[in-house]
Amino acid sequence: MVNVIIEVSKYLLALLMALYTYWNFSYFRFHEEAAKDRVCARQIVVMFLLHLAAYGVLYLKSGDSRAVLFYLAQVIFFGAYLWLYRLFYPRRSQILVNNMCLLLGIGFIMLTRLSFDKALRQFLIVAVAALITWIIPFIIDRAWQLARIPWIYGILGLVLLILVWIVGNNSFGAQLSLTVAGFSFQPSEFVKISFVFFVATMFYRSTDFKTVAVTTAMAAAHVLILVVSKDLGSALIFFLTYLAMLFVATTNWLYLGAGVLGGCGASVIAYALFSHVQVRVAAWRDPWADIDNRGYQITQSLFAIGTGGWFGMGLYQGMPYKIPVVEKDFIFSAIAEELGGVFAICLLLVCLGCFLQFMMLAARMQAMFYKLIAFGLGMEYGLQVLLTAGGAAKFIPSTGVTLPFVSYGGSSILSTCILFAVIQGLYILKRNDEEDYE
Amino acid sequence: MNRGTPNPKANKSILLAAYLVVGLFVGLMGYLGYFLQVKSENVINNSYNARLDSFSDRIVRGDILSSDGRVLAGTEVGEDGTETRRYPYGSLFAHAVGYSDRGKTGLEALANFYLLSSHVNLAEKTMNELAGVKNIGDNVITTLDVDLQQAASDALGDRKGAVVVMEPDTGKILAMVSKPGFDPNTLAADWESLISGDNTQAQLLNRATQGVYPPGSTFKIVTILEYMREHPTDWQEYTFDCDGKFEYGDYTISCYHGNAHGHQTLEEAFANSCNGAFASLGLTLDLQGMLDLTGQLLFNQELPLSLAYSKSSYAMGTGADDWERLQTAIGQGNTQMTPMHNAMITAAIANGGVLMKPYLIDRVENAAGEEIKKFLPSAWGELLPAAEARTLSGLMRKVVETGTGSALRTDAYQAAGKTGSAEFETGKESHAWFTGFAPADDPQLVVTVIVEEAGSGGQVAAPIARTLFDLYLAGG
Repeated sequence: MVNVIIEVSKYLLALLMALYTYWNFSYFRFHEEAAKDRVCARQIVVMFLLHLAAYGVLYLKSGDSRAVLFYLAQVIFFGAYLWLYRLFYPRRSQILVNNMCLLLGIGFIMLTRLSFDKALRQFLIVAVAALITWIIPFIIDRAWQLARIPWIYGILGLVLLILVWIVGNNSFGAQLSLTVAGFSFQPSEFVKISFVFFVATMFYRSTDFKTVAVTTAMAAAHVLILVVSKDLGSALIFFLTYLAMLFVATTNWLYLGAGVLGGCGASVIAYALFSHVQVRVAAWRDPWADIDNRGYQITQSLFAIGTGGWFGMGLYQGMPYKIPVVEKDFIFSAIAEELGGVFAICLLLVCLGCFLQFMMLAARMQAMFYKLIAFGLGMEYGLQVLLTAGGAAKFIPSTGVTLPFVSYGGSSILSTCILFAVIQGLYILKRNDEEDYE
Repeated sequence: MNRGTPNPKANKSILLAAYLVVGLFVGLMGYLGYFLQVKSENVINNSYNARLDSFSDRIVRGDILSSDGRVLAGTEVGEDGTETRRYPYGSLFAHAVGYSDRGKTGLEALANFYLLSSHVNLAEKTMNELAGVKNIGDNVITTLDVDLQQAASDALGDRKGAVVVMEPDTGKILAMVSKPGFDPNTLAADWESLISGDNTQAQLLNRATQGVYPPGSTFKIVTILEYMREHPTDWQEYTFDCDGKFEYGDYTISCYHGNAHGHQTLEEAFANSCNGAFASLGLTLDLQGMLDLTGQLLFNQELPLSLAYSKSSYAMGTGADDWERLQTAIGQGNTQMTPMHNAMITAAIANGGVLMKPYLIDRVENAAGEEIKKFLPSAWGELLPAAEARTLSGLMRKVVETGTGSALRTDAYQAAGKTGSAEFETGKESHAWFTGFAPADDPQLVVTVIVEEAGSGGQVAAPIARTLFDLYLAGG
C-alpha cells in the first residue's frame, strides 16, 4: 500500500514542481503588480502542497513521528517568513522570496530523507541565517557608505582565503574550511560576496587603466589562492564573475579577449602543474576507467540520476547515500534519483528564473555600483548552480561546489541568504527610487 | 555624487552575459534529458550500481531464453517466497549465460537491468503492489542456438578450449562455448574449490572472450594482408622453395612436423601454411606498417563487445630483431589474441570488410510475451577495405580446397578458413586453431575454434568447425 502511495506521489510531486516552475516564468509576462501578486500567491499554495505531499511520504515510509513535528516547525517558519517579509518590506520581490522558500524546502525534504539530524541542523542554521540577514535590505537601502570602502572588502577577503590556505581543515584533498570556537565555516562562501563588493566599488570609482590593472591583480590573487587551496569550483566562479563584471563596467573587448586568453593559458598551466586538476579532468573524461577510486563519486552520481529516470525512484526508494558527500556537492543527483529528472530539470529552471531576476534588476539599476553588485552576485549564483548540477551529470568536470539553498552546510546557507538579501535590498531601493520620481 | 551610469553600453553587456549563462543552462538541461532518454540504460547496467540489486526486492528476476524460446536461466519461486535461480542446461551455457549470485557474469550481468525491470501491465502492477506481491521481471531472448551450442560443446568434449559461432552479416553470437565449464546450479557449493589457488583449470574464465592465445598460423591472415599492402601489384609473384626448414643466420624456422612444401607461390604457402615462406617474407615487412595494420585490426585496442573480454596484444615494435620478426610473421612470438577477436576479424572478412558488433541479446519481452525492446544489428565500421576482404576470402577458400583445411572439403557447401597450430611451450602439443566461414560466396556462419594442447589445427580444430557447418548449413 505504501508503495502505491509513493508511486503516485512521485508524479504528484513532479506535477506540482512543474506548475510552480511554469508560474515562475509566466510571471515575466505580466506588468501590473496585481497580476504578479496573483501568480506569486498561487506559487505559495503549490509550494506548501508540495512540501506537505513530500513530508507525508517521508512520514509514511519512515514511521518517524519526529518528521511530523519537524514538518509543522517548517510550516510555521515558512509561514512566518513570508508574512513578516511582506509586512516589513512591502516593496520586496515576492517571486525571489518564494523561490528561496521553495529551494530551502526541497533541501529540507532531501536532507530529512538522507539524515534527520542533518536536516534538523540545517533548519536551525536557516532560522538563524534568516534572522541575521533580515536587516540587510534595510541597510542596503540606506547605507551609501558601502560604496566607499573597496580595500576593506578586498583585503578582508584575501586575508580570509590566505588563512584557509595556511591553517584550513583538509576535506577530500581540498583546503576549504576554518574552525573557530568549535564552528567550522567555509570562508570562500563569504569572500564570494565581499569580492563582488570589492570589484563593484573599484569600478564604480573609475574604469581607467590603472584601476583596472590594480583590480585585476587583486582578483587574480583571489583566484590563485583558491587554486592552490584546491577549491577549483570557487576559483572558476571568481574568475568568470570577475571577467564578466570587468566587461560590463568597461565594455572593452580587448580586456575580455585578454581575460579569456589569460584564463585559457592559466587553465593549461594549472592542468600541467597541479595533479588535483588532472585528477578531476581524468575522472570526468573517463570515470569508468578508474571506477573504484577517482571515478567512484561521479559514476555513483550517474547511476543515481540514470536509475531514477524521468520520474525518479520515489523517496526512500533509491540509494543516494552511495554517493560520497551527497548532501553537499551531489544533492542534485539525490534529487534526480528519488524525485526524478523532470523534477530536477524544473529545479534548474527555478534557479535559472532567479538568475534572470538578478540580471533584470542589474539592467534596471542606474548607479554602476548597484548594477555591478546585482550583476556580479547574479553571475556567481548562476555559475554555481551550473557547476554543481553540471558536475553531477558529468556535463563538465566535477568541481565540488554546493547547490545554493538546497545543499547541506551552514556557510553555504548563510552566504546565499546574504546574497538574496542584498538583491532584495537593491530591488527595494530601486522601487523606492522609482516611486519617489512619480 | 555621480549616481548615473558612466558606461551606457553596460546593459548590452549584461544581456550578452545573461544569454551566455542561459545558453549553458539550456545545454545542461538538454544534456540531462539526452542522458536520461538515451544513455542512462547502458550506464546504469553496471555491476558497481548497487541500486539494481534493490530492484530484486520488488521484482522476480526474469528468464533468459534461447533464440527459439527455450529457458536457459529461470527463477523458481518456492511456496515460502524463496527464489532460486535455475539453469536447466547445467554447464552447457555456463559462460554465455553466466551466473548471478556470486557477482554477475555473462548474460546475467549484461541483461541485469532488463531482467530486473517489469513491464507487466499497469493494472496488474497496481494489483501486485496492493497485494504486496512481487512483479515478474522481463524476459531476455538471446541470439543463442541450443543445438549449435550443444554440438560445439560435444565436439570439444573434455578438452580445454573454446568455440565461437556467429553470423557475419549481423554480429549475432549463435554459440559460445568455453571448456572446462562449471555448473551454475551448484556454484555456491563449488565456489571454494573453483576459486582455490590449487585449481589450475580456470573453469570460471570464459576462454572465448578472455582467454589469450598465440594465434599461430591464423595470424598469417594479418601477415599476408600487410605484404599485399606493401606490394599491391606483384604480391602474387612471390615464391618460396620449402625444404621443411627455413634457416636464417643462426635461426631455424620449421614447418609443421618438418613437412617440405616444395616450390610455393604465396597463395599456396598460405593454403599449406608454410612457415618458411611466411618467416622469410616477414623479414621484408615494414614494422611500422605492421603496427598500424594490427592497430586497425583491433590488436591492443578495446573491442566493440559488451561481454567481459581481454584485449589482444601485438608487441613487436619498430626496433625488433630478426628472431622476433621471423616468429611474429608466423603468429608465434609475443602476439596474443582471444578466440572472439579472431572470430571478429574472420567475420569482417566474410562480410566484405565491415565488422558487425557482436551481440547476444535479441530482444526483451515482458512476462506476457509482448516485445519491450528489440536490438538490431549494428555495424562497428570497416575493419578492412572490401577489395582486401574479397582477396583474403579467396585465399581462405584455397586453404579448404587445396590446403590444410581439407577436413572441411564437402559438396554440401563451400567453406573457407585458416588453420593454426600455435606452439606455446617446448615439448607440449600445440594449440589447435581454426577460424573460417561458409558458404564462401554468401557467408552465413563464422566459426572459430581453439583446442588447447591438442595438435594441429587442420586435424583437430577444423573437424569441430565441420560439425557445426554441417549442422547449420546442411541440417546435420
